[in-house]
Amino acid sequence: MNITLNNRPETFEEDRLTISQILKLKKYSFRLLVVKINGKLIKKDQYNSVEVVDGDDVQILHMISGG
Amino acid sequence: MNFKQIKEKLKDKTVGIAGCGGLGSNCAVALARVGVGKLIIADFDIIEESNLNRQYYFYNQIGQKKVFCLEENIRLINPEIKIEAHDIKLDSTSLINIYNACDVIVEAFDKAEMKQMIIEAVSEKLPQTPLVVGLGVAGWGENNAIHSRKVDNLFICGDEAAETTEDLPPLAPKVGVVAHMQANIVLEILLKDQ
Repeated sequence: MNITLNNRPETFEEDRLTISQILKLKKYSFRLLVVKINGKLIKKDQYNSVEVVDGDDVQILHMISGG
Repeated sequence: MNFKQIKEKLKDKTVGIAGCGGLGSNCAVALARVGVGKLIIADFDIIEESNLNRQYYFYNQIGQKKVFCLEENIRLINPEIKIEAHDIKLDSTSLINIYNACDVIVEAFDKAEMKQMIIEAVSEKLPQTPLVVGLGVAGWGENNAIHSRKVDNLFICGDEAAETTEDLPPLAPKVGVVAHMQANIVLEILLKDQ
């Protein structure tokens, strides 16, 4: 499938992937994230269940302390 | 638009600022200088000497509540600004109650957990309200890494990389740049608004 991940085109062999699987494949190890699929907020308890499919626009923002 | 027209447009606007530390105090002062009509500020913390390397407070204010000192400092700069000051540790419920009528909300927290909390709360409960966040303000130099970008109704400012640590503290120059980038985006949103 082809998706947009953080504004960049990204291709995966799989037809559907959960957020947890994408985090693993992309080797993202950030402690705190904000995840959106097509503008819809996905909370942490949904990372293992909600699936990303072809054409989705996925934003994975990592939270950074400091202010 | 000349400055008189800008002030006319800003005088009926309300901006919420969540947190009165390095980002919040500097962003609030910038918005007060240009004449945003009303600022709603909130923080629970007191001023410590270590805050003065980046936050808009003065030596004689050490030990006092940030939110009330920021109100006082803003009044010294622009007494016409309406200020609603909340001495509170914000959570996902209180922040929605306090900021629900704002034209724009500025995230100005220190901790990553709080940043996550406000982004999630605002995108769930106030999806129409633009939220301007600061992500990655620690350290110094590397101006070109600092950027801003838009994700739906969320505006991100910072380098999105540098986390505060013992050896990478947040300091006035870079925190100030990001706080003013946030204020600059707020202005862009408010002045575009019809």
